[in-house]
Amino acid sequence: MTLFGFRVPMMASLLVWCVIWEIVGRSGAMFLIPPLSDVLVAAVALVQTGTWQAAALTTLNSFLLGMFFAIVVGIAIGVLMGRSATADNLLGIWVNIFVSAPLSALVPVLMILFGMGETTVVVTVFLFAVWIIVLDTRAGIQSVPNSLLEMGRSYGASRFALYSKIILLAALPEILAGIRLGVVRGVKGVVIGQLLVAIIGYGELFELYSRNFDMENFWALTIILFAAAMGLSALIENIEKRVDYYAGVR
Amino acid sequence: MRNITAQAASAASRPAGSDVAVEVRGVCKMYNEVEALRGIDLDFPSGKLTTLLGPSGCGKTTLLKIIAGLIPATSGEIRVNGKTVTGPGPERAFVFQDFALMPWATVMRNVAFGLELKGMGKDERQAIAAKYIAEVGLAGFENKYPHELSGGMRQRVGLARAFAVNADVLLLDEPFSAVDEQNRRKFQEDLLELVEKEKKTFIFVTHSIEEAVYCSDRIVILSRRPGRIAQIIEPEIDRSATPDAIRRDQGYLDTVEEIWQGLKRYVD
Repeated sequence: MTLFGFRVPMMASLLVWCVIWEIVGRSGAMFLIPPLSDVLVAAVALVQTGTWQAAALTTLNSFLLGMFFAIVVGIAIGVLMGRSATADNLLGIWVNIFVSAPLSALVPVLMILFGMGETTVVVTVFLFAVWIIVLDTRAGIQSVPNSLLEMGRSYGASRFALYSKIILLAALPEILAGIRLGVVRGVKGVVIGQLLVAIIGYGELFELYSRNFDMENFWALTIILFAAAMGLSALIENIEKRVDYYAGVR
Repeated sequence: MRNITAQAASAASRPAGSDVAVEVRGVCKMYNEVEALRGIDLDFPSGKLTTLLGPSGCGKTTLLKIIAGLIPATSGEIRVNGKTVTGPGPERAFVFQDFALMPWATVMRNVAFGLELKGMGKDERQAIAAKYIAEVGLAGFENKYPHELSGGMRQRVGLARAFAVNADVLLLDEPFSAVDEQNRRKFQEDLLELVEKEKKTFIFVTHSIEEAVYCSDRIVILSRRPGRIAQIIEPEIDRSATPDAIRRDQGYLDTVEEIWQGLKRYVD
């Protein structure tokens, strides 16, 4: 990006907003917004507490479990839909409904079904993440060139080899894109799930701090969460780029 | 040049004294209501390069894929070395129009892929692949990826892959159509050398008359949909001459002209 002929670094706009936040916080105009520096100090202190570490561990556990099932089930259904027109017709409408539906509304129902515990949070993560993985995997499978399939068949590939050595690898760029979008949605899922269940992990801390107007800790928690979500997404994007490099000339 | 008319085709398509590698018997193909091929009877002599030539939509690629076992014929049968074809088999190898290389695999792995699928050990298959990579003129490119190669080089990889599985019959589906003109000429010359050297049966699909006449021992011309055999021509060109001399040879030019006169009526 250039501004008046000067090259502006990527993080510049972020820095500008940080400065604005600091000024607004120092002015004391809104008690909801403490100065950024105080928030950062609070964040450093926060991550050293046992409460935060326990909450983070619970949250990470629910998130990873939910994501694991979302990825496995999402890829399986996506492959099925990509390869079979019947499955595509049967499942397509449901996947499209769920991918755009406001799933937060379902969490209270999940609480009744799965109880006020971690199971509900895992299921929430799963439901948030799985649909986009299904759709992207399906798109990837459908874009595998027919000649690659014919190549596999004509050189005697077994059904298993056809999937493991050709189809899944050829669809990998789209599958990874689906997983990246799924991870972002999964982070939303874990926080919303925990907020609504309200007695475990990060959600419990959010409730605690916001109810007590402990804004430094509240914002510290938010910033840590945002950073974690962005970091995860960037990590997968990095893998994606490496894969795209090889898949560029399909 | 020897011109064999369609009427005499069944008698003449069994060349005396040479073995028949692939027999096509009464093959018809319907795509729903569209008739793509009608009553094809053909013999492909072993060790020769036979070209299927015809206007677009004449079903030449369809016939090739039926021979490959990739798509089923509606009726009729294919025999390769006397055995009826029910699907793809190790005695046939296919070279694809769009190369069909795996973009995530190196030249080496792509060429060795047919052997990998057969379960051959890594060292053994890489040794065989290396030999054919060198034979198609790609020595030194073993660890490159397809996107680092030109179109012509990519198709050489496809050809090396087909050679590596040591099939008797090589099926080439418009292998040069995605290769630029200059590379194509060089590639055609190299292909003729390989045909000479490898002693395999080649079945070649093309829409280029010059390419067909230049490369083939025998040319089968298919008519427009439904595809039927319109003409069988044996160019009988002296291959001992240099490539440039062949392209100026009167017999070569006459054959190209005659095929063009025959095909002209199919062109809109």
